Amino acid sequence: MHNKTLVELSKALHKGEYSSVELTQHFLDRIKNYDSQINSFITITTDEALKAAQAADQIIANGDAGFLTGIPLAHKDIFCTHGVKTSCGSKMLDNFIAPYNATVVEKCQAAGMVMLGKTNMDEFAMGSSNETSFYGPVKNPWDIKSVPGGSSGGSAAAVAARLAPIATGTDTGGSIRQPAALCGITGLKPTYGRVSRYGMIAFASSLDQAGPMGRSAEDVAHLLNVISGFDERDSTSLDVPSDDYTANLNDKLAGLKIGLPKEYFAEGLDSNVAKALESAIKEFEQAGATLHEISLPNTHLAVPIYYIIAPAECSSNLSRFDGVRFGYRCENPTDLDDLYTRSRGEGFGAEVKRRIMIGAYALSAGYYDAYYLKAQQIRRLISQDFSDAFKQVDVILGPTSPTTAFKIGEKSDDPVTMYLSDIYTIAVNMAGLPAMSIPAGLVEQRPVGLQLIGNYLKEAQLLNVAHQYQQVTDWHQAVPQDFKEVL
Amino acid sequence: MSLLKEEVEKIAHLARISLNEQDIPVYTRNLSDILAFVEQMNNVNTADIVPMAHPLDATARLRADIVSETNQRDNFQSIAPQVEAGLYLVPKVIE
Repeated sequence: MHNKTLVELSKALHKGEYSSVELTQHFLDRIKNYDSQINSFITITTDEALKAAQAADQIIANGDAGFLTGIPLAHKDIFCTHGVKTSCGSKMLDNFIAPYNATVVEKCQAAGMVMLGKTNMDEFAMGSSNETSFYGPVKNPWDIKSVPGGSSGGSAAAVAARLAPIATGTDTGGSIRQPAALCGITGLKPTYGRVSRYGMIAFASSLDQAGPMGRSAEDVAHLLNVISGFDERDSTSLDVPSDDYTANLNDKLAGLKIGLPKEYFAEGLDSNVAKALESAIKEFEQAGATLHEISLPNTHLAVPIYYIIAPAECSSNLSRFDGVRFGYRCENPTDLDDLYTRSRGEGFGAEVKRRIMIGAYALSAGYYDAYYLKAQQIRRLISQDFSDAFKQVDVILGPTSPTTAFKIGEKSDDPVTMYLSDIYTIAVNMAGLPAMSIPAGLVEQRPVGLQLIGNYLKEAQLLNVAHQYQQVTDWHQAVPQDFKEVL
Repeated sequence: MSLLKEEVEKIAHLARISLNEQDIPVYTRNLSDILAFVEQMNNVNTADIVPMAHPLDATARLRADIVSETNQRDNFQSIAPQVEAGLYLVPKVIE
Protein backbone atom coordinates (compact mmCIF):
# COMPACT_ATOMS: atom_id res chain seq x y z
CA MET A 1 0.00 0.00 0.00
CA HIS A 2 2.84 2.38 0.80
CA ASN A 3 4.09 2.47 -2.78
CA LYS A 4 0.74 3.55 -4.17
CA THR A 5 -0.04 7.05 -5.36
CA LEU A 6 -2.81 9.12 -3.81
CA VAL A 7 -4.96 8.44 -6.87
CA GLU A 8 -4.50 4.69 -6.42
CA LEU A 9 -5.12 4.88 -2.67
CA SER A 10 -8.22 6.99 -3.15
CA LYS A 11 -9.64 4.55 -5.72
CA ALA A 12 -8.90 1.56 -3.49
CA LEU A 13 -10.61 3.17 -0.50
CA HIS A 14 -13.66 4.09 -2.55
CA LYS A 15 -13.89 0.60 -4.04
CA GLY A 16 -13.51 -0.94 -0.61
CA GLU A 17 -10.34 -2.89 -1.46
CA TYR A 18 -9.16 -1.90 1.99
CA SER A 19 -10.41 0.47 4.65
CA SER A 20 -8.87 3.69 5.90
CA VAL A 21 -8.29 1.92 9.24
CA GLU A 22 -6.25 -0.78 7.45
CA LEU A 23 -4.35 1.80 5.43
CA THR A 24 -3.67 3.95 8.48
CA GLN A 25 -2.55 0.93 10.51
CA HIS A 26 -0.18 -0.02 7.71
CA PHE A 27 1.55 3.35 7.84
CA LEU A 28 1.56 3.37 11.66
CA ASP A 29 3.26 -0.03 11.55
CA ARG A 30 5.85 1.26 9.11
CA ILE A 31 6.54 4.26 11.34
CA LYS A 32 6.92 1.92 14.30
CA ASN A 33 9.27 -0.38 12.40
CA TYR A 34 11.39 2.15 10.58
CA ASP A 35 11.31 5.56 12.19
CA SER A 36 13.96 4.74 14.78
CA GLN A 37 16.40 4.69 11.84
CA ILE A 38 15.60 8.17 10.54
CA ASN A 39 13.92 10.06 13.43
CA SER A 40 11.41 11.73 11.12
CA PHE A 41 8.56 12.00 13.65
CA ILE A 42 8.42 13.97 16.90
CA THR A 43 4.92 12.81 17.84
CA ILE A 44 3.00 9.80 16.53
CA THR A 45 -0.75 10.18 17.05
CA THR A 46 -1.77 6.52 16.89
CA ASP A 47 -5.08 6.71 18.76
CA GLU A 48 -6.27 9.90 17.10
CA ALA A 49 -5.27 8.51 13.70
CA LEU A 50 -7.24 5.28 14.11
CA LYS A 51 -10.25 7.20 15.37
CA ALA A 52 -10.09 9.59 12.39
CA ALA A 53 -9.69 6.60 10.06
CA GLN A 54 -12.82 4.97 11.49
CA ALA A 55 -14.73 8.19 10.95
CA ALA A 56 -13.39 8.38 7.39
CA ASP A 57 -14.51 4.80 6.70
CA GLN A 58 -17.99 5.75 7.86
CA ILE A 59 -18.04 8.78 5.54
CA ILE A 60 -16.90 6.58 2.65
CA ALA A 61 -19.61 4.02 3.48
CA ASN A 62 -22.20 6.79 3.50
CA GLY A 63 -21.09 7.87 0.04
CA ASP A 64 -20.12 11.36 1.21
CA ALA A 65 -16.36 11.00 0.73
CA GLY A 66 -14.12 13.46 -1.04
CA PHE A 67 -11.06 12.51 -3.03
CA LEU A 68 -8.67 12.46 -0.05
CA THR A 69 -11.07 11.11 2.59
CA GLY A 70 -9.33 8.39 4.57
CA ILE A 71 -5.84 9.16 3.21
CA PRO A 72 -3.18 9.42 5.95
CA LEU A 73 -0.77 12.34 6.08
CA ALA A 74 1.91 13.80 8.34
CA HIS A 75 2.05 17.43 9.43
CA LYS A 76 5.26 19.32 10.05
CA ASP A 77 5.40 20.09 13.77
CA ILE A 78 5.14 23.81 13.01
CA PHE A 79 1.36 23.58 12.47
CA CYS A 80 -0.78 23.92 15.59
CA THR A 81 -2.81 20.78 16.22
CA HIS A 82 -5.56 21.06 18.81
CA GLY A 83 -4.83 18.87 21.84
CA VAL A 84 -1.61 17.51 20.34
CA LYS A 85 1.93 18.63 21.20
CA THR A 86 3.20 21.25 18.75
CA SER A 87 6.92 21.68 19.47
CA CYS A 88 8.31 23.46 16.40
CA GLY A 89 11.41 21.33 17.05
CA SER A 90 12.23 23.39 20.15
CA LYS A 91 12.73 22.81 23.85
CA MET A 92 10.81 26.09 24.20
CA LEU A 93 7.61 24.35 23.07
CA ASP A 94 8.34 20.82 24.28
CA ASN A 95 5.39 21.14 26.70
CA PHE A 96 3.10 23.06 24.32
CA ILE A 97 -0.25 21.43 23.62
CA ALA A 98 -1.82 23.66 20.98
CA PRO A 99 -5.21 25.06 22.02
CA TYR A 100 -6.44 25.35 18.41
CA ASN A 101 -5.86 24.04 14.89
CA ALA A 102 -3.94 25.74 12.11
CA THR A 103 -6.09 26.43 9.04
CA VAL A 104 -4.01 23.91 7.06
CA VAL A 105 -4.73 21.24 9.69
CA GLU A 106 -8.41 22.17 9.81
CA LYS A 107 -8.72 21.93 6.03
CA CYS A 108 -7.06 18.50 5.92
CA GLN A 109 -9.40 17.31 8.67
CA ALA A 110 -12.42 18.70 6.86
CA ALA A 111 -11.32 16.77 3.77
CA GLY A 112 -11.38 13.59 5.88
CA MET A 113 -7.61 13.09 5.87
CA VAL A 114 -6.03 11.16 8.74
CA MET A 115 -3.08 12.68 10.65
CA LEU A 116 -0.41 10.07 11.47
CA GLY A 117 1.70 12.43 13.54
CA LYS A 118 3.93 15.48 13.61
CA THR A 119 7.23 15.51 11.78
CA ASN A 120 10.66 16.57 12.98
CA MET A 121 12.12 19.85 11.79
CA ASP A 122 14.90 22.35 12.39
CA GLU A 123 14.14 24.38 15.50
CA PHE A 124 11.59 27.07 14.59
CA ALA A 125 12.29 26.14 10.94
CA MET A 126 15.76 27.70 11.15
CA GLY A 127 18.15 25.38 9.40
CA SER A 128 18.98 23.60 6.17
CA SER A 129 19.96 20.20 7.54
CA ASN A 130 17.54 19.31 10.35
CA GLU A 131 20.45 19.27 12.77
CA THR A 132 19.09 22.13 14.90
CA SER A 133 16.06 20.16 16.17
CA PHE A 134 15.78 19.73 19.95
CA TYR A 135 14.69 16.15 19.16
CA GLY A 136 17.89 15.24 17.36
CA PRO A 137 18.74 15.23 13.66
CA VAL A 138 16.59 13.56 11.04
CA LYS A 139 18.54 11.14 8.87
CA ASN A 140 18.30 10.87 5.12
CA PRO A 141 16.63 7.56 4.11
CA TRP A 142 19.05 7.34 1.17
CA ASP A 143 22.06 7.44 3.50
CA ILE A 144 21.47 7.61 7.21
CA LYS A 145 24.84 9.31 7.73
CA SER A 146 23.64 12.24 5.63
CA VAL A 147 21.22 15.08 6.32
CA PRO A 148 17.71 15.11 4.81
CA GLY A 149 17.89 18.88 4.29
CA GLY A 150 15.80 21.32 6.24
CA SER A 151 13.85 22.69 7.71
CA SER A 152 11.00 20.36 6.63
CA GLY A 153 13.42 17.42 6.80
CA GLY A 154 11.12 15.17 8.83
CA SER A 155 8.30 15.49 6.31
CA ALA A 156 10.68 14.88 3.40
CA ALA A 157 12.34 11.85 5.02
CA ALA A 158 8.97 10.36 6.09
CA VAL A 159 7.61 10.58 2.54
CA ALA A 160 10.85 9.28 1.00
CA ALA A 161 10.93 6.29 3.39
CA ARG A 162 7.25 5.60 2.63
CA LEU A 163 6.22 6.23 6.25
CA ALA A 164 3.53 8.64 5.06
CA PRO A 165 1.97 8.94 1.61
CA ILE A 166 2.09 12.74 1.76
CA ALA A 167 3.01 15.51 4.19
CA THR A 168 2.88 19.23 4.81
CA GLY A 169 5.88 21.51 5.04
CA THR A 170 6.74 25.20 5.20
CA ASP A 171 9.24 27.18 3.17
CA THR A 172 10.84 30.47 4.27
CA GLY A 173 14.09 30.21 2.31
CA GLY A 174 13.87 26.77 0.74
CA SER A 175 12.60 24.62 3.59
CA ILE A 176 10.20 22.60 1.41
CA ARG A 177 12.25 22.47 -1.78
CA GLN A 178 15.76 21.77 -0.44
CA PRO A 179 14.75 18.74 1.71
CA ALA A 180 12.50 17.53 -1.13
CA ALA A 181 15.58 17.64 -3.37
CA LEU A 182 17.89 15.92 -0.90
CA CYS A 183 15.34 13.15 -0.13
CA GLY A 184 14.17 12.61 -3.72
CA ILE A 185 10.56 13.71 -3.36
CA THR A 186 8.32 16.37 -4.90
CA GLY A 187 7.70 19.55 -2.92
CA LEU A 188 5.88 22.75 -3.79
CA LYS A 189 6.18 26.19 -2.23
CA PRO A 190 3.12 28.11 -3.40
CA THR A 191 2.88 31.85 -4.05
CA TYR A 192 3.23 33.87 -0.84
CA GLY A 193 -0.27 34.14 0.63
CA ARG A 194 -1.78 31.23 -1.34
CA VAL A 195 -1.94 28.93 1.72
CA SER A 196 -3.00 30.34 5.09
CA ARG A 197 -0.35 31.02 7.72
CA TYR A 198 -2.94 30.95 10.53
CA GLY A 199 -1.76 28.58 13.24
CA MET A 200 1.59 28.05 11.56
CA ILE A 201 4.22 29.13 14.07
CA ALA A 202 5.74 32.29 12.58
CA PHE A 203 9.42 32.57 11.68
CA ALA A 204 9.73 35.33 9.04
CA SER A 205 6.22 36.50 8.29
CA SER A 206 6.87 38.15 4.94
CA LEU A 207 8.52 34.96 3.60
CA ASP A 208 6.82 31.97 5.31
CA GLN A 209 4.57 29.84 3.13
CA ALA A 210 3.13 26.36 3.64
CA GLY A 211 2.95 23.74 0.94
CA PRO A 212 2.57 20.04 0.12
CA MET A 213 5.37 17.45 0.00
CA GLY A 214 4.66 14.17 -1.73
CA ARG A 215 5.94 11.58 -4.13
CA SER A 216 4.72 13.11 -7.39
CA ALA A 217 3.41 16.34 -8.86
CA GLU A 218 -0.03 14.75 -9.16
CA ASP A 219 -0.12 13.82 -5.45
CA VAL A 220 1.07 17.28 -4.47
CA ALA A 221 -1.58 18.91 -6.67
CA HIS A 222 -4.31 16.99 -4.84
CA LEU A 223 -3.12 18.18 -1.44
CA LEU A 224 -2.73 21.76 -2.68
CA ASN A 225 -6.38 21.63 -3.74
CA VAL A 226 -7.24 20.96 -0.10
CA ILE A 227 -4.97 23.42 1.71
CA SER A 228 -4.95 26.49 -0.55
CA GLY A 229 -7.37 29.38 -0.49
CA PHE A 230 -8.21 32.67 1.15
CA ASP A 231 -8.38 32.78 4.94
CA GLU A 232 -9.55 35.90 6.70
CA ARG A 233 -7.67 34.85 9.84
CA ASP A 234 -4.36 35.41 8.00
CA SER A 235 -3.91 39.12 7.28
CA THR A 236 -1.60 38.43 4.32
CA SER A 237 -3.73 35.69 2.77
CA LEU A 238 -4.48 36.35 -0.91
CA ASP A 239 -8.13 36.99 -1.59
CA VAL A 240 -8.00 35.24 -4.96
CA PRO A 241 -9.89 32.03 -5.81
CA SER A 242 -7.77 28.85 -5.93
CA ASP A 243 -7.44 26.85 -9.13
CA ASP A 244 -8.15 23.16 -9.51
CA TYR A 245 -4.48 22.23 -9.49
CA THR A 246 -5.09 18.84 -11.11
CA ALA A 247 -7.00 20.26 -14.08
CA ASN A 248 -3.98 21.09 -16.27
CA LEU A 249 -1.69 18.20 -15.36
CA ASN A 250 -2.08 16.55 -18.77
CA ASP A 251 -1.51 19.62 -20.91
CA LYS A 252 1.29 19.14 -23.43
CA LEU A 253 4.47 21.17 -23.13
CA ALA A 254 4.84 22.05 -26.82
CA GLY A 255 5.72 25.72 -27.12
CA LEU A 256 6.48 26.15 -23.42
CA LYS A 257 9.30 28.63 -22.91
CA ILE A 258 11.74 27.51 -20.25
CA GLY A 259 14.31 29.98 -18.91
CA LEU A 260 17.71 28.77 -17.72
CA PRO A 261 19.29 31.41 -15.47
CA LYS A 262 23.01 31.50 -16.18
CA GLU A 263 23.69 32.41 -12.54
CA TYR A 264 22.18 29.06 -11.45
CA PHE A 265 24.52 27.02 -13.63
CA ALA A 266 27.70 28.87 -12.67
CA GLU A 267 30.54 28.14 -10.28
CA GLY A 268 29.47 26.42 -7.07
CA LEU A 269 27.13 23.92 -8.73
CA ASP A 270 28.32 20.34 -8.27
CA SER A 271 29.29 18.89 -11.65
CA ASN A 272 27.29 15.69 -11.13
CA VAL A 273 24.18 17.69 -10.25
CA ALA A 274 24.77 19.80 -13.37
CA LYS A 275 25.02 16.62 -15.47
CA ALA A 276 21.74 15.26 -14.10
CA LEU A 277 20.04 18.56 -14.90
CA GLU A 278 21.40 18.47 -18.46
CA SER A 279 19.63 15.18 -19.15
CA ALA A 280 16.44 16.53 -17.57
CA ILE A 281 16.60 19.60 -19.79
CA LYS A 282 16.84 17.29 -22.84
CA GLU A 283 13.59 15.61 -21.77
CA PHE A 284 11.84 18.96 -21.73
CA GLU A 285 13.22 19.77 -25.16
CA GLN A 286 11.92 16.47 -26.48
CA ALA A 287 8.53 17.31 -25.06
CA GLY A 288 8.49 20.39 -27.27
CA ALA A 289 9.57 23.06 -24.82
CA THR A 290 12.04 25.70 -25.97
CA LEU A 291 15.04 26.74 -23.90
CA HIS A 292 16.19 30.29 -23.33
CA GLU A 293 19.19 31.54 -21.44
CA ILE A 294 18.15 34.26 -19.03
CA SER A 295 19.89 36.28 -16.36
CA LEU A 296 18.88 36.96 -12.76
CA PRO A 297 21.74 39.37 -12.09
CA ASN A 298 21.07 39.96 -8.39
CA THR A 299 21.01 36.26 -7.45
CA HIS A 300 24.21 36.55 -5.38
CA LEU A 301 22.51 39.07 -3.08
CA ALA A 302 19.59 36.84 -2.10
CA VAL A 303 21.36 34.91 0.68
CA PRO A 304 22.96 38.02 2.25
CA ILE A 305 19.67 39.95 2.43
CA TYR A 306 17.86 36.85 3.68
CA TYR A 307 20.17 36.84 6.69
CA ILE A 308 19.02 40.33 7.55
CA ILE A 309 15.32 40.13 6.69
CA ALA A 310 14.59 36.68 8.15
CA PRO A 311 16.44 37.30 11.45
CA ALA A 312 14.86 40.75 11.81
CA GLU A 313 11.38 39.29 11.42
CA CYS A 314 12.20 36.31 13.63
CA SER A 315 13.55 38.49 16.43
CA SER A 316 10.20 40.23 16.44
CA ASN A 317 8.05 37.08 16.07
CA LEU A 318 9.95 35.08 18.67
CA SER A 319 9.66 37.82 21.28
CA ARG A 320 6.37 36.13 22.24
CA PHE A 321 8.32 33.30 23.88
CA ASP A 322 8.86 34.93 27.24
CA GLY A 323 8.15 32.19 29.77
CA VAL A 324 4.92 33.89 30.88
CA ARG A 325 1.96 32.63 28.87
CA PHE A 326 3.02 29.30 27.36
CA GLY A 327 6.08 27.23 26.64
CA TYR A 328 9.26 26.80 28.65
CA ARG A 329 9.87 28.72 31.89
CA CYS A 330 13.21 28.62 33.73
CA GLU A 331 13.39 27.32 37.32
CA ASN A 332 13.22 29.83 40.21
CA PRO A 333 13.46 33.16 38.39
CA THR A 334 14.81 35.90 40.70
CA ASP A 335 13.06 38.78 38.91
CA LEU A 336 11.15 39.48 35.71
CA ASP A 337 14.27 40.13 33.64
CA ASP A 338 15.81 36.90 34.88
CA LEU A 339 12.58 35.09 33.94
CA TYR A 340 12.72 36.43 30.37
CA THR A 341 16.42 36.03 29.72
CA ARG A 342 16.90 32.60 31.26
CA SER A 343 13.67 31.15 29.84
CA ARG A 344 14.83 32.27 26.39
CA GLY A 345 18.50 31.44 26.95
CA GLU A 346 17.67 27.91 28.13
CA GLY A 347 14.64 27.32 25.86
CA PHE A 348 16.18 28.26 22.49
CA GLY A 349 19.00 26.40 20.74
CA ALA A 350 22.15 28.00 19.33
CA GLU A 351 20.98 28.70 15.77
CA VAL A 352 17.74 30.31 16.95
CA LYS A 353 19.68 32.50 19.40
CA ARG A 354 22.11 33.53 16.66
CA ARG A 355 19.30 34.60 14.37
CA ILE A 356 17.35 36.44 17.05
CA MET A 357 20.51 38.34 17.98
CA ILE A 358 21.35 39.23 14.37
CA GLY A 359 17.80 40.49 14.01
CA ALA A 360 17.90 42.46 17.25
CA TYR A 361 21.18 44.04 16.11
CA ALA A 362 19.91 44.88 12.60
CA LEU A 363 16.79 46.53 14.01
CA SER A 364 18.52 48.34 16.88
CA ALA A 365 18.76 52.13 17.06
CA GLY A 366 21.08 53.55 14.41
CA TYR A 367 21.33 50.39 12.31
CA TYR A 368 17.84 50.07 10.80
CA ASP A 369 18.58 51.97 7.57
CA ALA A 370 21.94 50.29 7.00
CA TYR A 371 20.58 46.77 7.36
CA TYR A 372 16.83 46.16 7.24
CA LEU A 373 15.88 49.01 4.92
CA LYS A 374 18.82 48.34 2.62
CA ALA A 375 17.92 44.64 2.48
CA GLN A 376 14.30 45.44 1.65
CA GLN A 377 15.47 47.68 -1.21
CA ILE A 378 17.67 44.94 -2.63
CA ARG A 379 14.74 42.60 -2.24
CA ARG A 380 12.88 44.69 -4.81
CA LEU A 381 15.83 44.39 -7.22
CA ILE A 382 15.71 40.61 -6.88
CA SER A 383 11.98 40.59 -7.44
CA GLN A 384 12.45 42.82 -10.50
CA ASP A 385 14.93 40.30 -11.96
CA PHE A 386 12.16 37.71 -11.93
CA SER A 387 9.50 39.98 -13.43
CA ASP A 388 11.90 40.84 -16.25
CA ALA A 389 12.58 37.14 -16.81
CA PHE A 390 8.87 36.28 -16.92
CA LYS A 391 8.44 38.73 -19.80
CA GLN A 392 10.58 36.31 -21.85
CA VAL A 393 9.75 32.85 -20.49
CA ASP A 394 6.91 30.87 -18.89
CA VAL A 395 8.87 28.98 -16.25
CA ILE A 396 12.41 29.05 -14.92
CA LEU A 397 14.42 25.87 -14.47
CA GLY A 398 17.53 25.28 -12.39
CA PRO A 399 18.99 23.22 -9.59
CA THR A 400 17.25 23.19 -6.20
CA SER A 401 20.46 22.76 -4.25
CA PRO A 402 24.11 23.07 -5.30
CA THR A 403 24.94 19.56 -4.05
CA THR A 404 23.26 16.31 -3.11
CA ALA A 405 22.80 15.45 0.59
CA PHE A 406 25.87 16.24 2.70
CA LYS A 407 27.05 14.39 5.80
CA ILE A 408 25.59 15.08 9.23
CA GLY A 409 27.98 17.43 11.06
CA GLU A 410 29.77 18.53 7.89
CA LYS A 411 28.51 22.13 7.97
CA SER A 412 26.97 22.47 11.40
CA ASP A 413 29.84 24.50 12.91
CA ASP A 414 29.90 27.10 10.18
CA PRO A 415 26.61 29.01 9.78
CA VAL A 416 27.64 30.92 6.64
CA THR A 417 28.62 27.76 4.70
CA MET A 418 25.34 26.17 5.76
CA TYR A 419 23.40 29.23 4.60
CA LEU A 420 24.89 28.92 1.11
CA SER A 421 23.19 25.55 0.58
CA ASP A 422 20.00 27.59 0.00
CA ILE A 423 21.57 29.77 -2.68
CA TYR A 424 19.10 28.75 -5.43
CA THR A 425 15.96 28.70 -3.31
CA ILE A 426 16.04 31.90 -1.26
CA ALA A 427 15.50 34.44 -4.07
CA VAL A 428 12.10 32.84 -4.76
CA ASN A 429 10.94 33.62 -1.21
CA MET A 430 12.18 37.19 -1.54
CA ALA A 431 9.99 37.63 -4.61
CA GLY A 432 7.10 35.54 -3.17
CA LEU A 433 6.91 33.34 -6.27
CA PRO A 434 5.74 29.71 -6.45
CA ALA A 435 8.41 27.09 -7.03
CA MET A 436 8.85 23.36 -6.72
CA SER A 437 11.53 20.72 -6.52
CA ILE A 438 11.21 17.41 -8.35
CA PRO A 439 13.57 14.41 -8.41
CA ALA A 440 15.77 14.45 -11.52
CA GLY A 441 18.45 11.86 -10.99
CA LEU A 442 20.60 9.93 -8.58
CA VAL A 443 24.30 10.58 -8.01
CA GLU A 444 25.93 7.77 -6.03
CA GLN A 445 22.48 6.79 -4.73
CA ARG A 446 21.70 10.35 -3.63
CA PRO A 447 18.79 12.22 -5.19
CA VAL A 448 19.22 15.34 -7.31
CA GLY A 449 16.49 17.98 -7.21
CA LEU A 450 15.37 20.07 -10.16
CA GLN A 451 13.73 23.38 -9.36
CA LEU A 452 10.93 24.94 -11.39
CA ILE A 453 9.96 28.54 -10.66
CA GLY A 454 6.71 30.02 -11.92
CA ASN A 455 5.09 33.41 -12.10
CA TYR A 456 2.69 34.54 -9.37
CA LEU A 457 -0.25 32.14 -8.84
CA LYS A 458 0.94 29.83 -11.64
CA GLU A 459 1.05 26.75 -9.41
CA ALA A 460 -1.13 24.82 -11.87
CA GLN A 461 1.36 25.48 -14.65
CA LEU A 462 4.32 24.38 -12.52
CA LEU A 463 2.49 21.19 -11.57
CA ASN A 464 1.67 20.55 -15.22
CA VAL A 465 5.33 20.92 -16.24
CA ALA A 466 6.47 18.67 -13.37
CA HIS A 467 3.79 16.07 -14.10
CA GLN A 468 4.71 15.88 -17.77
CA TYR A 469 8.35 15.30 -16.80
CA GLN A 470 7.23 12.56 -14.41
CA GLN A 471 5.30 10.88 -17.23
CA VAL A 472 8.54 10.25 -19.15
CA THR A 473 10.95 9.68 -16.25
CA ASP A 474 10.83 7.50 -13.14
CA TRP A 475 13.18 9.28 -10.73
CA HIS A 476 10.20 10.14 -8.53
CA GLN A 477 9.44 6.43 -8.14
CA ALA A 478 12.87 5.48 -6.79
CA VAL A 479 12.72 4.12 -3.25
CA PRO A 480 15.69 4.11 -0.86
CA GLN A 481 17.02 0.54 -0.60
CA ASP A 482 16.49 0.09 3.14
CA PHE A 483 12.83 1.10 3.06
CA LYS A 484 11.56 -1.04 0.18
CA GLU A 485 10.26 -4.04 2.17
CA VAL A 486 6.56 -4.63 2.63
CA LEU A 487 6.71 -3.96 6.35
CA MET B 1 32.75 43.50 10.44
CA SER B 2 33.95 42.28 13.78
CA LEU B 3 31.91 42.61 16.94
CA LEU B 4 33.38 43.11 20.38
CA LYS B 5 32.44 40.92 23.30
CA GLU B 6 30.65 43.89 24.93
CA GLU B 7 28.58 44.44 21.77
CA VAL B 8 27.46 40.83 21.80
CA GLU B 9 26.48 41.17 25.45
CA LYS B 10 24.49 44.29 24.60
CA ILE B 11 22.71 42.52 21.70
CA ALA B 12 21.92 39.56 23.96
CA HIS B 13 20.43 41.97 26.45
CA LEU B 14 18.31 43.67 23.74
CA ALA B 15 17.08 40.22 22.70
CA ARG B 16 16.48 39.21 26.34
CA ILE B 17 18.63 36.11 25.96
CA SER B 18 21.03 35.01 28.68
CA LEU B 19 24.29 33.58 27.36
CA ASN B 20 26.73 31.40 29.27
CA GLU B 21 30.02 33.19 29.73
CA GLN B 22 31.91 30.38 27.97
CA ASP B 23 29.62 30.57 24.89
CA ILE B 24 30.16 34.29 24.28
CA PRO B 25 33.36 33.92 22.19
CA VAL B 26 31.60 31.48 19.82
CA TYR B 27 28.61 33.80 19.41
CA THR B 28 30.96 36.74 18.88
CA ARG B 29 32.71 34.87 16.08
CA ASN B 30 29.49 33.53 14.47
CA LEU B 31 27.68 36.87 14.55
CA SER B 32 30.75 38.67 13.18
CA ASP B 33 30.97 36.12 10.33
CA ILE B 34 27.31 36.61 9.46
CA LEU B 35 27.59 40.40 9.49
CA ALA B 36 30.77 40.22 7.37
CA PHE B 37 28.88 38.02 4.93
CA VAL B 38 25.95 40.44 4.57
CA GLU B 39 28.32 43.38 4.04
CA GLN B 40 28.24 42.79 0.26
CA MET B 41 24.88 44.59 0.37
CA ASN B 42 26.82 47.82 0.67
CA ASN B 43 28.19 47.47 -2.87
CA VAL B 44 24.72 47.88 -4.31
CA ASN B 45 23.38 51.29 -5.23
CA THR B 46 19.84 51.41 -3.88
CA ALA B 47 19.16 55.13 -4.22
CA ASP B 48 15.49 55.80 -5.03
CA ILE B 49 14.48 52.14 -4.71
CA VAL B 50 11.31 51.67 -2.71
CA PRO B 51 11.81 49.02 -0.01
CA MET B 52 9.71 45.92 -0.60
CA ALA B 53 7.71 44.83 2.43
CA HIS B 54 5.25 42.46 0.77
CA PRO B 55 5.95 40.29 -2.27
CA LEU B 56 2.74 41.35 -3.99
CA ASP B 57 2.75 44.86 -2.49
CA ALA B 58 -0.59 44.08 -0.90
CA THR B 59 -1.88 46.43 1.75
CA ALA B 60 -3.44 45.33 5.02
CA ARG B 61 -7.05 44.28 4.73
CA LEU B 62 -9.60 46.16 6.83
CA ARG B 63 -12.66 44.67 8.44
CA ALA B 64 -15.67 45.95 10.33
CA ASP B 65 -15.01 46.61 14.02
CA ILE B 66 -17.19 43.83 15.39
CA VAL B 67 -16.54 41.10 17.94
CA SER B 68 -15.46 37.98 16.07
CA GLU B 69 -13.66 35.95 18.74
CA THR B 70 -15.03 34.41 21.90
CA ASN B 71 -13.23 34.65 25.22
CA GLN B 72 -11.05 31.55 25.69
CA ARG B 73 -9.07 32.67 28.71
CA ASP B 74 -9.41 29.43 30.67
CA ASN B 75 -8.52 27.38 27.60
CA PHE B 76 -5.42 29.44 26.86
CA GLN B 77 -4.34 29.68 30.49
CA SER B 78 -4.52 25.91 30.93
CA ILE B 79 -1.13 25.71 29.17
CA ALA B 80 0.50 28.62 31.03
CA PRO B 81 3.43 27.99 33.41
CA GLN B 82 1.76 29.75 36.37
CA VAL B 83 -1.67 31.35 36.73
CA GLU B 84 -3.92 32.37 39.59
CA ALA B 85 -7.47 33.72 39.49
CA GLY B 86 -7.26 34.26 35.75
CA LEU B 87 -3.96 36.13 35.96
CA TYR B 88 -0.51 35.14 34.71
CA LEU B 89 2.01 35.10 37.53
CA VAL B 90 5.53 36.49 37.22
CA PRO B 91 8.15 37.41 39.87
CA LYS B 92 7.33 40.56 41.84
CA VAL B 93 7.92 43.68 39.72
CA ILE B 94 7.13 46.45 42.22
CA GLU B 95 8.56 46.30 45.75
